[in-house]
Amino acid sequence: MFVLVVGGGKVGYYLAKELIESSHEVVVMEKDRARAEQIADEIGSVVVAHDGCEGKYLGDAGCARADIVAAVTGDDEDNLVICQMAKHHFDVPRTIARVNNPKNEALFRHLGVDEIISPTRMILGSIEQDIPVHELLHLAALGESELEIIEAHLQEGSPAIGRAVADVTMPEGCSLFAVIRNGVATPLTPETVLQVGDKVIAIGPAECEVMLHQQLIGADTEFAGT
Amino acid sequence: MKIVIVGAGRVGAVLAETYDAAGHDVIILDESARAFDRLPAEFRGTAVRGDGTDEDSLLRAGAADADVFLALTQGDNRNVMACQVATEKFGITNVIAKINDPVRAAAYADLGLAVLCRTTMQTEAVTAYLGLGSLGVPGVIAPTGTHHGGAQHDPLAETVDAGAAGQEA
Repeated sequence: MFVLVVGGGKVGYYLAKELIESSHEVVVMEKDRARAEQIADEIGSVVVAHDGCEGKYLGDAGCARADIVAAVTGDDEDNLVICQMAKHHFDVPRTIARVNNPKNEALFRHLGVDEIISPTRMILGSIEQDIPVHELLHLAALGESELEIIEAHLQEGSPAIGRAVADVTMPEGCSLFAVIRNGVATPLTPETVLQVGDKVIAIGPAECEVMLHQQLIGADTEFAGT
Repeated sequence: MKIVIVGAGRVGAVLAETYDAAGHDVIILDESARAFDRLPAEFRGTAVRGDGTDEDSLLRAGAADADVFLALTQGDNRNVMACQVATEKFGITNVIAKINDPVRAAAYADLGLAVLCRTTMQTEAVTAYLGLGSLGVPGVIAPTGTHHGGAQHDPLAETVDAGAAGQEA
């Protein structure tokens, strides 16, 4: 297969090296001339010392016959444009973009990039596996009193899911008063049935937190206890 | 009209000044606060420091319901991405991206963006001034195709929803 790698940073360099070792045809585009020469010294004359965002150079590097274009520069906007040019202008069957800002993933997919690799998302993913997400969030302490406003993020496994607010046992002095569902906040009524994904806003004394956690998050979840 | 300008370079600043003086509601963004020194003291519009390709920055600047969106930074790709955020996330239809690389300019006109290309514009201007005829290149290249170029990828439903949810969050 012929793979065009745009961006000769660490990712582009090791990618090209591995691909060459598995006997694929590779061209690396790196606009920084010194860096391009350095890569060429190490992996051979497969480096084009030009900007892979520039249409002309993309064409010169053989983009039109590439099976895969991998855009792995450090800039999201460059990676997006490289993939779109490859796909729509050069009819490349498969495009892969490195995305740094996780927020751009949906946009890139929507705009036709075939595959998205997000180092940020991957690292975030493995961190979140190790650390329980903060299910109870302290929003505010009220005046000098012991009362706090707390947000609970209801997830699968919460005993409150599928129950009406009136049926959720509340610790003494605590009450649920609002829910944020799909980004919209609404006041709770006793009849409101709680769902997965709801962010429930509760008010109550600080010492009821453990009990509140059991009712809204579930007892078997490890209590982070802040 | 509500006009958003990304990039307070010479062109961006002059356009901001002109439209503001004409009574339009102008919002101008730049990553460097110093760039706003180009605006006149009597500028009444909004100057916001921020990244025009970042949806959150644009939302904060109040760009979501603009009538016109102009991306005029020095970076072709930044302009492309900013305009695509404007059309895809905010549904703004009147957008212009400055793309100085003529190949990219033509490709994105095909993909549905109106494009301002300094290279073709200046080539045309010089050629016309010298009386060597016209290359037939317009100042702003109007979109010749629709976005996505009728391509096969249509997972639009879920990605658009994801985008909308992202906006609310």
